[in-house]
Amino acid sequence: MFKSFTLIVRCVNRHNVYEHVRFASQALPQFSSEKYNVKRKPFNTVEIVDVNYFKSILSEDRVLTEESDVQPYNIDWIKNCRGQSKVVLKPKCTEEVSNILKYSNEKRLAICPQGGNTGLVGGSVPVFDEIVLNFVLMNKIISLDEISGALICEAGCILENLDNYVRERNLIMPLDLGAKGTCHIGGNASTNAGGLRLLRYGNLHGSILGIEAVKADGTVIDCLRAMKKDNTGYHLKHLFIGSEGTLGVVTKVAIHCPVLPKAVTVGFFGVKNFENILQLYKSAKSSLGEILSAFEMADFHSIISTVKNLKLPNPISAYPFYVLIETHGSDENHDAEKLNNFLSKEMESGLIIDGTVTSEPAKMQDAYKLVYLFLHDFRHDTLFFKYSNTLCPGHLTEIFPRVVSSGDGNIHINVTVPQYTKQVASLLEPYIFEEVSKLNGSISAEHGIGFRKPHYIHYSKDPSALQLMKDLKQLMDPNGILNPYKVLPEQ
Amino acid sequence: MARVLVGVKRVIDYAVKVRVKPDKSGVVTDGVKHSMNPFDEIAVEEAVRMKEKKLASEVIAVSCGPAQSQETLRTALAMGADRAIHVEVAGAEYDTLQPIHVAKILAKLSKDEKADLVIVGKQAIDDDSNQTAQMTAALLDWPQGTFASKVEKSDSGLTVTREIDGGLEVIKTKLPAVISADLRLNEPRYATLPNIMKAKKKPLKKVAAKDLGVDLSPRIKVISVEDPPVRQAGSIVPDVDTLVAKLKEGGHI
Repeated sequence: MFKSFTLIVRCVNRHNVYEHVRFASQALPQFSSEKYNVKRKPFNTVEIVDVNYFKSILSEDRVLTEESDVQPYNIDWIKNCRGQSKVVLKPKCTEEVSNILKYSNEKRLAICPQGGNTGLVGGSVPVFDEIVLNFVLMNKIISLDEISGALICEAGCILENLDNYVRERNLIMPLDLGAKGTCHIGGNASTNAGGLRLLRYGNLHGSILGIEAVKADGTVIDCLRAMKKDNTGYHLKHLFIGSEGTLGVVTKVAIHCPVLPKAVTVGFFGVKNFENILQLYKSAKSSLGEILSAFEMADFHSIISTVKNLKLPNPISAYPFYVLIETHGSDENHDAEKLNNFLSKEMESGLIIDGTVTSEPAKMQDAYKLVYLFLHDFRHDTLFFKYSNTLCPGHLTEIFPRVVSSGDGNIHINVTVPQYTKQVASLLEPYIFEEVSKLNGSISAEHGIGFRKPHYIHYSKDPSALQLMKDLKQLMDPNGILNPYKVLPEQ
Repeated sequence: MARVLVGVKRVIDYAVKVRVKPDKSGVVTDGVKHSMNPFDEIAVEEAVRMKEKKLASEVIAVSCGPAQSQETLRTALAMGADRAIHVEVAGAEYDTLQPIHVAKILAKLSKDEKADLVIVGKQAIDDDSNQTAQMTAALLDWPQGTFASKVEKSDSGLTVTREIDGGLEVIKTKLPAVISADLRLNEPRYATLPNIMKAKKKPLKKVAAKDLGVDLSPRIKVISVEDPPVRQAGSIVPDVDTLVAKLKEGGHI
């Protein structure tokens, strides 16, 4: 069992932040290459002859070159990174992807694969003039086996569309995330996206049954099997899950969809302190057992900022910490009984001070929004996750070691400040990663490494593992054209 | 100090995608999540607030429907209603239950329970009838304040602000009266855990419609229920000239 923690530490001067909002949202972000001082690798630049070739293999309208058309593909969702690509390609099938890569590999043109562009570490936008390979038109559902739950689809299918599709057939997608209305399943696979249902259904390495991917030289690797059990040789599909498009480009995905739970209940509680949250988690695991599908926490500041910015109602009054519990089961009465016992016990013990519990979908969505839309919310008021001198490191250190030392917690730490300064950023970034490293944690639980974290990867990967990663990259993409400047640190 | 009767209807939750039955006789309700009609939640909230302000002495929640309506009543109790009455209407009778029947039931219960005020949502989100409050008032021959966005106590009774086309209308009414709640009347609270626990022990009385002397034979026949038309796909035109030409062709300019 994994524990998924959402912890948003927000220690800023609020007024500053809100005043800054509208102002910042108008400006274009600085070029990533300048902001992070990156040197362009010796790839060739896209010439008119290349564009004409792409137009010959795709149709004209699927090759974007106008600056205004290309711009949205250059900027990431949180408006932190900005690339300088001049060309966006929108293939419709694997064969077209293969042709594009084969040509680009021969011509030494760099490629940046892009799904829904909802990543948080700059992995899905170019850094310099890499060609953006966008999968929006590869959105066909190929098959769904309603008996086994195996769904096969193209990489550009939007997660929410897939979820709606399988729901009509009494199944659900094994993953769910805040960006589900935009993100692509190919991007989810490439980044090994975690998200909300991880506690119950495990991560994508377990749920993805097979993958079809294209290597840098255009070779199509067909690992698109829809079997749960397959012990034949190397499990190559795993190379493409979480490698963020650096080893190959995912074009099709076979994924196992669990049965739609008949009964879903959400509880939202106020809790006194962090110690009590850990106790409550322990108690929830033992009392609720297999029906516990999510356990999330957020602190007072993050919930209040969501309440304020998105004008959402807070179901309960002010408490230092909030916990959201979700149960998935097949029998409403059975779940309700378990939940009631758990709630009565913990209300009495005082671990839960106050709270609400509901199985009405509309109310459950409100509760989810409070906890999960925090990122969206932050995007509303400040475009960058900036670091400020009003940050309280004491607060961080107080919570941080304990969360991580519980072994399986995933924490989101968002720090927003009015002004981005490199000085503060540099104070914060190594500090957090070093702390994680000391505790044998991972510096990226679900967002990936992308463009933002390669120089910190050594905090989580042993040199021997890092060397093997580099060897694999060399083998599969000898010219390094696939998503350069990402994942692997420079020599 | 008034006694308030609140009508609460169990409807398909508004976050659920509604599907029409293949035989077009209605919508699929089996295995679909239901909750309290959102406008009725507002009605309950208003009644509970009146009680908190000591304007009401007791809040009675009423629901007409199958056994599951008791869940909706428990929600009302958890929000702060004092007791509940479940008027059991199940099976085929429930399928053809119409506002006139509910109004008759509410009117009868209002008299039996000696209510001074009836509050219901302005409409239910499933049939969108918007008739129950008006019919109940007519049957009781009580004044009505429909589409209320504000209800205040005044000397002789209540001052009700109504949402009408193009603005607000303020009316004064004596008690007893019937009020229907509009969206902006209040923001309903969430039932908190201690109150959910307490609600389990609050009294819930079950009665049959025929014991109230209400005839449930249908007055309206539903001929067919259809999906709304699917939006036509748009097309991208290459330039302004083509756009203008197309608009002219379609008779838009």
